[in-house]
Amino acid sequence: METIKKPKKTSLLRRFRHNKPALIAGIVLLIIFTMVILAPVFTDYGPAKSDLANRLTAPTMAPGEAVGVTQPHILGTDQLGRDIYTRLLYGGRVSLNVGFTVATIGGIIGVILGMLAGYFGGWTDMIIMRMVDVWASSPTLLIALTFVMILGPGQKNLILALLINSWTLFCRMARSQVLVIRSSAMVESGHAIGASTNRILYKHIMPNIISPMVTTYILELAHFINAEANLSFLGFGVQPPDTSWGLMIGEGRKYLTQAPWIVIFPGLLIATTVLCLNLMGNWIRDEFDPLAVKL
Amino acid sequence: MGMGKYIAQRLLFTLFVVLGISILIFFITHIVGNPVDIMLPLQATDVEREALTKALGLDKPMMEQLWVFLRDFSRGDFGISWWQNRPCMEVIMDRLPISMWLILLASMISVVCAIPLGILAAYRPGSILDRVVTIFSTAGICFPPFWIGLMLMLIFAVKLGWLPTSGMGTWKHLVLPAVSISFRPMGHLAQIVRFEMIQQLNALYAVTARAKGVTEMTLLFKHALKNIMTASLTMIGNDYCKQLGGLSAAVEVVFGFAGFGHLISETIENMDFPLLQAEVFFVAIIVCLINLLTDILYAAFDPRIRY
Amino acid sequence: MIDEKAKKSLLSVRNVKKYFPIGGGLLTKAKSFVHAVDDVTLDVMAGETLGLVGESGCGKTTMGRLALKLLPKTSGEIYFQGEDIYAYTKEQEKKFRTKAQLIFQDSFSSFDSRDTIGKIIGEPLLVHEVAKGSELQDRVEQLLLDVGLKADLMNEYPHTLAAGQKQCIGIARSIALNPDFIVCDEPISALDVSVRAMVLNLLKDLQASKNLTYMFISHDIRVVRWLSSHIAVMYVGKLCEYAETEELFKNRLHPYTEALLSAVPIEDPNKRDIKREILLGEVPSPVDPPPGCRFAARCKLATERCFKEDPILEERRPGHWVACWENFHGESEIS
Repeated sequence: METIKKPKKTSLLRRFRHNKPALIAGIVLLIIFTMVILAPVFTDYGPAKSDLANRLTAPTMAPGEAVGVTQPHILGTDQLGRDIYTRLLYGGRVSLNVGFTVATIGGIIGVILGMLAGYFGGWTDMIIMRMVDVWASSPTLLIALTFVMILGPGQKNLILALLINSWTLFCRMARSQVLVIRSSAMVESGHAIGASTNRILYKHIMPNIISPMVTTYILELAHFINAEANLSFLGFGVQPPDTSWGLMIGEGRKYLTQAPWIVIFPGLLIATTVLCLNLMGNWIRDEFDPLAVKL
Repeated sequence: MGMGKYIAQRLLFTLFVVLGISILIFFITHIVGNPVDIMLPLQATDVEREALTKALGLDKPMMEQLWVFLRDFSRGDFGISWWQNRPCMEVIMDRLPISMWLILLASMISVVCAIPLGILAAYRPGSILDRVVTIFSTAGICFPPFWIGLMLMLIFAVKLGWLPTSGMGTWKHLVLPAVSISFRPMGHLAQIVRFEMIQQLNALYAVTARAKGVTEMTLLFKHALKNIMTASLTMIGNDYCKQLGGLSAAVEVVFGFAGFGHLISETIENMDFPLLQAEVFFVAIIVCLINLLTDILYAAFDPRIRY
Repeated sequence: MIDEKAKKSLLSVRNVKKYFPIGGGLLTKAKSFVHAVDDVTLDVMAGETLGLVGESGCGKTTMGRLALKLLPKTSGEIYFQGEDIYAYTKEQEKKFRTKAQLIFQDSFSSFDSRDTIGKIIGEPLLVHEVAKGSELQDRVEQLLLDVGLKADLMNEYPHTLAAGQKQCIGIARSIALNPDFIVCDEPISALDVSVRAMVLNLLKDLQASKNLTYMFISHDIRVVRWLSSHIAVMYVGKLCEYAETEELFKNRLHPYTEALLSAVPIEDPNKRDIKREILLGEVPSPVDPPPGCRFAARCKLATERCFKEDPILEERRPGHWVACWENFHGESEIS
């Protein structure tokens, strides 16, 4: 062994490879994200390409019959003859987009407020934490729905509605992190051995804060994907002609008995994505915080 | 501090929160949006707009509206539902109790299933049983409840015909919705129980208890169960509130269950402002009360909590 | 201006005060202050061990932090090897850090729990670019051996160790840069009695082998007596008495010192009927204290003057300083 510095980069990847659940989850997520983002590469159909002659066909490997496109409907078609597989890819764009946007913006707001509360204490802390308490006690979905009602449905308004309650968890997290760090002997010790503020910040404070933040982000992401699905299913989220996984389930409900595949596949995809995100989130938490409480 | 003082403090906090939520709702509905615009078709004339604004009392200054709003709410006057033309209170009371029962049933199902599962998994961590339970509980959290409902409906109502697909009335109508709702809390709870049990069984006194024999083990389990109870209580209380707050709405819609969740959905479709305000308020109150209840029970279990 | 004595001492504290504000937030100014350290003056010569004793809240921990410039001071000067540490430039301060170190009461809380033991001990060397690569590893191994631990602990995490071992890691980290001066802030108070001896012996050995000067902060008089060459007694932020250890034990010139030393349990059963001085009353609050001697309310000898004027530190016997208006002299055998 040459140095004392924990050879982070290589052993991190190695540890990742060894942890089967996390590894599989990571790969699956990568596949899903790639296919969704590069949807046109993976499918010849457009998401709205309707083929009424072939409505409600079961998943099949037979070549498609629409003009110019022969790609088989491997996951079947829906009530308007649209290819399910294609709609899953394009719908995934929406679902993931909503999830990421809400988690990111909510995360930024929450972390900033949390850090302010933790760092300044006093009145700032009290006001912010009371706000968090009120917000967190309120029926979040209902309030989101209230927004939807007022602003009207649609992807943009859905994001806004979900943003309302997205920041509270991040805020609490960030604040507790800052509080712990602020009074920590670790910071004092760094000061005592002569480490610069930069070094203490980047080598000690940030890594200790980042992993709980990343874990929270990933888990919240999973939560918002689910929330989007919930609202879109009810018809209050994404609106046609846009599509999302939740909306597909909502639209396909009527045809549950005739063509269950319309409902089954989006649900499976939602569950898979959320599951993989949870596994990744748990792995990151276990990895970077050996003392964390494991659930 | 004593229990009395603790309860009083929590009640005060509850009041504060409810007030905060009411004001929040007010601002959302009155400032962010304009009910008049939403209610009237685009071609409505200005005269019509003015008339409606006056009728709804929306022409008065904001603070006065807020005052009227709060005053009415505190009196229990939640206004008239635009859509149903009945007092909101009536509309809600028609549909709220049945949902509360439904979610309670779901909670009970989760508890009854999750606790044994968690204990079994904790008995031998890493075993096949443990892995199965972990996968099962994680899956329960990841699948959207309304999708689970649809799948259950497909299997049990359509293909097997054991249970009705929708509607209300008999106990049979409660089964599938309750089970669908129960998966999420069940998954969470199983994991919590498993974790707590492992902690307990690993503790030093566990070794001593095993060395001493059966009666000691029973005591150990009792102590472990107590810990599990408190952790579960918080979790279930929390989940109950979330379900009532709209998470179970989708499931109710799937099964055509005319409960509170379904009502919420209909309220939005019909753009019924007063009703929505009332619903939010009701849920907020119930949530606060349930939180209060769990806090009190928690404090009764564990004196250390009564900061 | 630095005086002659300060030029010759390793550490010189001159009229240092540290007040902490209470209340006041972003917009309002504080109106009350905690007088944590109130006009303390003392010297530590190279090679000595100064035992800083007093009850909880007397300001000894704060004093230790001030001596290492880990807190901003309110007023006064502190000289290290003849230089005003609060006037240091950035480079000077960095150099100061290589010469003056701290051992925490709970070393574990000062570690980054994500770091291995090797990383924790080696960090000072990395920060000051003293060593890297294999040389760094060798030095860390040596440090582990110096504190009585096995070299292969380098890749372990500190949370796997026992409390005594964790303290040893903290000690290793503090001696990594071969400092001249170490402030030991109650290093054994949190340890089991059986482990304390080990750590104390380690500290004593290290002092000899590495030419260290200690400021040993503790509330345990017996330990302080065993380790220290000199003792300074503090009470509610003030320095009451200072002398060589045995001189202090034989001649107590401050009534508080008398009570403090008298409270120590006596091991020898034959000596147990020694008359003890029992203190009544409670420690006054360090918040905005009234003028006069802090100890006056509990002192048997207090006069009107004691309640009005803060006593001044004077050298009443050779090398023996005390701040008291009365001529107290406790000579009887005390322990």
